Amino acid sequence: MSSLEIRDLHIAIGDKPIVKGLSLTLRGGEVHAIMGPNGTGKSTLAKVIAGHPDYTVTQGDVILDGKSIRDMEPDERARAGIFLAFQYPSEIPGVSLANFLRAAVQARIPEGEELDAVAYYKRLYAKMDHLKIDRKFTSRAINEGFSGGEKKRVEILQMMMLEPDFVLMDETDSGLDIDALRIVADGINSMRGASFGALIITHYQRLLDYIVPDFVHVMYDGRIVKSGGKEIALELEAKGYDWVQNELAPAAS
Amino acid sequence: MPLPSLETPHAAATPAGAPLSDSPERRLENSFAAHFAQQQNSGLPDWWLEARQKAWERFAALPLPTRLDERWRFSKLSGLALEGYTLPKGAANTYPHVDYQCPTLPPFERAATLCFHGQTMVHGTELPAELSARGVIFAPLPIALAEHGDLLRNYFHKYPAELGSEKFTALNTALATTGAVLYVPAGVEIDQPLLVEHSVEGSHSAAFPHTLVILGERAKATLVEHFASTATATPAAGARTLDEVARGGTAGSEAAPPLRQFITAVSELHAAPSAQLTYIGVQDWSLGALALHSSSIAAQRDARVLSLNLHFGGAQVRHESHSRLLAPGAHSDICSLSIAHGTQEYDQRTLQTHAAPNTSSDLLYKNALLGHAHTIFSGLIVVDPDAQKTDAYQSNRNLILSPDATADSLPGLEIQANDVRCTHGATSYRIDPEQLYYLRSRGIPTAQANEMLIFGFFEEVMSRLSEPALHDALAAFIQSKFKEI
Repeated sequence: MSSLEIRDLHIAIGDKPIVKGLSLTLRGGEVHAIMGPNGTGKSTLAKVIAGHPDYTVTQGDVILDGKSIRDMEPDERARAGIFLAFQYPSEIPGVSLANFLRAAVQARIPEGEELDAVAYYKRLYAKMDHLKIDRKFTSRAINEGFSGGEKKRVEILQMMMLEPDFVLMDETDSGLDIDALRIVADGINSMRGASFGALIITHYQRLLDYIVPDFVHVMYDGRIVKSGGKEIALELEAKGYDWVQNELAPAAS
Repeated sequence: MPLPSLETPHAAATPAGAPLSDSPERRLENSFAAHFAQQQNSGLPDWWLEARQKAWERFAALPLPTRLDERWRFSKLSGLALEGYTLPKGAANTYPHVDYQCPTLPPFERAATLCFHGQTMVHGTELPAELSARGVIFAPLPIALAEHGDLLRNYFHKYPAELGSEKFTALNTALATTGAVLYVPAGVEIDQPLLVEHSVEGSHSAAFPHTLVILGERAKATLVEHFASTATATPAAGARTLDEVARGGTAGSEAAPPLRQFITAVSELHAAPSAQLTYIGVQDWSLGALALHSSSIAAQRDARVLSLNLHFGGAQVRHESHSRLLAPGAHSDICSLSIAHGTQEYDQRTLQTHAAPNTSSDLLYKNALLGHAHTIFSGLIVVDPDAQKTDAYQSNRNLILSPDATADSLPGLEIQANDVRCTHGATSYRIDPEQLYYLRSRGIPTAQANEMLIFGFFEEVMSRLSEPALHDALAAFIQSKFKEI
C-alpha cells in the first residue's frame, strides 16, 4: 500500500520558522483534513510537500512509499504521484489548458512513446463534462480570466486527468459557492479508493460535509495540536478557533 | 567587370551634403551612375527614374545618424558604417532560376508566391486566373512599374515612414529592383495569403527590397514577406552543383562566421475605405547582417490593418513603423515579436498618427532577450487636434531571459485633442517563478515548462492573427527558431 509520511518536518522561509516539527502519515485510501486558523502553516506544509522552491526544510523529511522526496524537484515529485491543488492557481497567458494538460500527461509516459491524442481528448472531455466545465475552456489560456470557482474546478480537472496517488488540497473550498463546492467534492469523491490518499487543508468545516474525512488534525503555530476522527471538525465548528488558541495549543506545547 | 563597391565613411568624416570628390560616397555615386545607365532602356517610367535620381542625391546629401539625434538614442551608431558592401549586380533577366531554392517558411496554403534572390526575381507562381481577371496585380517591382506605372505613381512615397532612417530609405529608393507590388481592386477579397520571399546570398552583399501594397475599397488580402540569408556564394556561382545549391538554400545551414550583409527594406501599405489588410514580415537575416526596415501604414475610413513583424536574424536590425489613421473608423494593429540573442541589437521605432476622429490603434511589441542581446523600443502616439474620440494603445513588453541582456524602452504620447483614450506602457520582466512552479507541479520538466512560458509570451501576439493555418505555420517557425538558439 502506498504511503506519504511527514516526519518531524520543520520549515522556514528565510530565517523565519513556519512549520515547527510536524508528523503525519497518510495511507492510500485515507482522507485526512488539516484545519486551523490563518497563518498557522497549513498552506506552507502543502507547498513544501509539493516542492516549492521558496521554502527551506530545516529538519525532518517527507517519505513517499518508503523513499525520501526531500531532494526531488517539484516536477519529479509530481510524476512520482503527488498533486497539489492550489489555493491561488497561477494564470498563464498564451498557454492553452489543453496543451498544458497534454504536456503534463505526456510527461508521465515513458520516453519515446507517443500520447494517443484521440483517447486523450475523449478522456479530457468526459472529465470536463463531469465537472461541468465548458469544452471551450480547452483553448483558453490557463486560468486567465477564470472566475474563482472555474479555477478550482480546473484544478480538480487536472487532478482527475493526472490520477495522482496523493493529493494536497489547499483551501480548495475557498471562494466556491455551494453548487461549485458540490461539483468539486463530487470530483474528489469519484477518485476515492485504495490507491488514492488526500490531505485536505481547510479553514472551514463546510467542505467536510461533502468530503467526509477519515481523520481530522488541528494545526496551530506550525504544529498539530490535536488529531482524531471527523467529530473534531464539528467540535471545532462549535467552539471556534479560540478553543484552539486557549486550550489545545497550551496543552500540546 | 569587377562589381562596384558600396562604401561610405563614418559620419564624422563626411560633412553633411558635401562628400569629398574622392570619398567612398563619390565612388559609390560613380558606380551607381553605371548601374543607373543600365536601367534606362528597361521600360521603367520616367517619374520613377527621376525619383531614383533624387533619392540617390538625397542619400549622398544626408549625414549618417549622429549621437545628437534623439531618434537614434541607445542605438549602436558604429554599426552603421557602410564600407565594404557590394552593390548588387544589375537585374539580369534570369527568371526563372529553376536550380535556386528559396529559403522557406513552414508550408501554408497561398494564392501566389514571388521569390527574389539578391537583386533578381528567381521564382514565381501565377495568381489564380480568377484573381487576375478581376484586376489583381501581384508582380515584381520593375514589371509592375513598367506595366502599371501611372497607377503606382500616386502611392509611391505618399506616406513615408521617416523616423530617422531617411538616408537609408533614400538608398532603397535609388537601388530597389526587388520587392512585390500587390494591388487588389475594390471589392476583391483574397482568402489565401500571398507570399514574398527575399533571400540575400554571400558575404558583403547588399539588397534593397521595396514592397508596395494597395488595397481598394472593401478589398481584403494578407501578404507575408520572408527575409532570409543563404550561404556564401562561391566565386563562380554558375559552377555550383545542384547539391550545393540545395544546401545553400536550407535554413540554418550557414556555417560560422555569420555573413556580413547590408539590407534596407521598405514596405508601404495602403488600405482604402473598409479594406482589410494583414501584413506579416518575417525577418531572418544572417546573424552578421545590418538591416534597416521601414514600414508605413495608411488606413482610410473604416479600414483595418494588422501588421505583424517577427525578428529572428541580423546583427543589428532597425525597424521603423509609421501608422497613419487618416479617416474616421480607421483601425491599425501594429505588432512585433522578437527573439534577440547573442549580441544582436533590435532597434524598433514606432509612430501612431491619429489624424481623424474616431480612429483606433493598438500596438503590441514583445521582445524575448537572451545572451547579451539589446533591444530598443521607442514609440510615440500623436493625436491631432481634431482627432477626437481617438482610442490608442501602445505596449512594449520585454521578457528578459539572461542577466546580460538589456531592454531600453521609450514610450511616448503627444495628444492635442481633449476627448481621447490613450494608454501606453512598457514592462520588463523575467520568467515568473510562480508560473514556472505551477507548470512543474504538474510534472512538466523545467526546460519544457520554461519553453511553454516563453511560447505563451509569444502567443499573446500571435493570437491577433485570425487565419489559423498561417498562425500555426508561423508559430511552428518561431518554435524552431527558438530551439536553434
